[in-house]
Amino acid sequence: MSYFNIIIGSIFVNNIVLAMFLGICPFLGVSSKVSTSVGMGAAVVFVMTLATLVTYLIQTLVLLPLQIGFMQTVVFILVIASLVQMVEIILKKISQPLYQALGIFLPLITTNCAVLGVALLVIKKNMSLADAMVYAVANAIGFTLALVVFAGIREKLALVDIPKPMRGAPIALITAGLLSLAFMGFAGLVK
Amino acid sequence: MSNYIVSLSPHAKGPLTTEKVMWGVVIALMPSFAFSAYYFGIRGIVVTLVATIACILTEFVIQKYLMKTTVTAFDGSAAITGLLLAFNVPSSIPIWEVILGAVFAIAIGKMVFGGLGRNPFNPALLGRAFMLASFPVDMTTWPKPVTTQWLWNMGASVDGTTAATPLGYLKEGVKMGESVTNLVAASPERFDHFNLFIGNVGGCIGEVSAFAILLGGIYMLYRKIITWHIPVFYLGGLALITGIFWAMDPTKYADPLFHLLAGGAMLGAWFMATDMVTSPMTVKGQILFAVCGGLLCGLIRMFGAFPEGCSYSILIMNAFVPLIDKYIKPTRFGKEVNYG
Repeated sequence: MSYFNIIIGSIFVNNIVLAMFLGICPFLGVSSKVSTSVGMGAAVVFVMTLATLVTYLIQTLVLLPLQIGFMQTVVFILVIASLVQMVEIILKKISQPLYQALGIFLPLITTNCAVLGVALLVIKKNMSLADAMVYAVANAIGFTLALVVFAGIREKLALVDIPKPMRGAPIALITAGLLSLAFMGFAGLVK
Repeated sequence: MSNYIVSLSPHAKGPLTTEKVMWGVVIALMPSFAFSAYYFGIRGIVVTLVATIACILTEFVIQKYLMKTTVTAFDGSAAITGLLLAFNVPSSIPIWEVILGAVFAIAIGKMVFGGLGRNPFNPALLGRAFMLASFPVDMTTWPKPVTTQWLWNMGASVDGTTAATPLGYLKEGVKMGESVTNLVAASPERFDHFNLFIGNVGGCIGEVSAFAILLGGIYMLYRKIITWHIPVFYLGGLALITGIFWAMDPTKYADPLFHLLAGGAMLGAWFMATDMVTSPMTVKGQILFAVCGGLLCGLIRMFGAFPEGCSYSILIMNAFVPLIDKYIKPTRFGKEVNYG
């Protein structure tokens, strides 16, 4: 699997939100403004890469040698949650600007299924560490892309006179579905 | 309309109304309609009429009974959606599927957002994407244009008079590992540029004849309904990307002229990418939108799972329009412009 295939495949073809339907919660929750969605995207790139690295190492260095692979899900959730909290504390101490930029979004990602999903998929697909890291970054970029595009549409829709029963969540869900329908066009772009 | 405050005179009053623009587009679609009637017979006419009527009716019912607002279903925009949807399906499609697609296009693609001018995606293309996802076989079985001429060919998809479109044939062939040179030699009539130009090939109802679409496009340019930027840059983007790959290896990729004339590129570039609601507002934005759409269309055609990427490329670019409009803004009146 070449890096090019992994990158195009995870950003466009199997977009984590629009094709695999993971991370829908922040996708709907943090997409009312483009600027916040960019911040959220940056936080996801950061956390997803870090979490995949750590869980990959735990899987290969701890779970597999001890033959406790069945603990995978539980351990990963715990590791990701505590990792994010730890990163938040460290950031607060050493880099106030970065903390300010990512601050609100970091706790939101703690229980994001997209982060856990990528960590698990990397193991399931038997990727090498380098592949796994590229896969994680590409998926996070794919998430950011979907989020920013969706936020752009929602910003425009906020100015539009939507019929009353459709305002808010209904129109957001319908738009998300239509966006996913549009992204079907990328199917098969890489093998 | 009572929400608007009428300011002091003088008022500029333009002759261009929504109705005039929309019915102008409908007139521009008539050459393609005539060609489709010639190539696909009564069946093609029926599918087109059913889709158009279904779209207008859906809009009428929603406006009259659900939204209880002013009914603007007859301003021509629903008719355009219906016509374009029908032009994007094979003539052998079951009638009920067309109706379903039309209802989806208008209800989900347009009316849930409040109607004309508010939808982020082109409704006709959404209808087509919905139908392609729901009825993939019916949507990709094309009757041969000439054999069904003037026949009510209900069972075109069963009695063996079907034929792959040039793009579908190309995609299947390349998938099998065949070289383009051999494919052209095996079926020269599909790759004949003149056949593609006048529309003597398999395909969706309204997309086959590039000539008829160009006639409509020139009419719209003459009426100043559209500007030349989007069609020219869309087709330019498509020609560029397919041309690059063709120049690299003509045995593996078809030539750019073939890509311009085959499939829905012409219809998409002239009638769907230019949709005023779902294209960027500034000329710079439109150029960016159109070039990216053309590139995407070529990439999907050459490497994607679908033989035809035109409709998806426009849908995907529709999604980017709010961002394009956000970051490429028109120069404010009174601001100094750098002409250097």
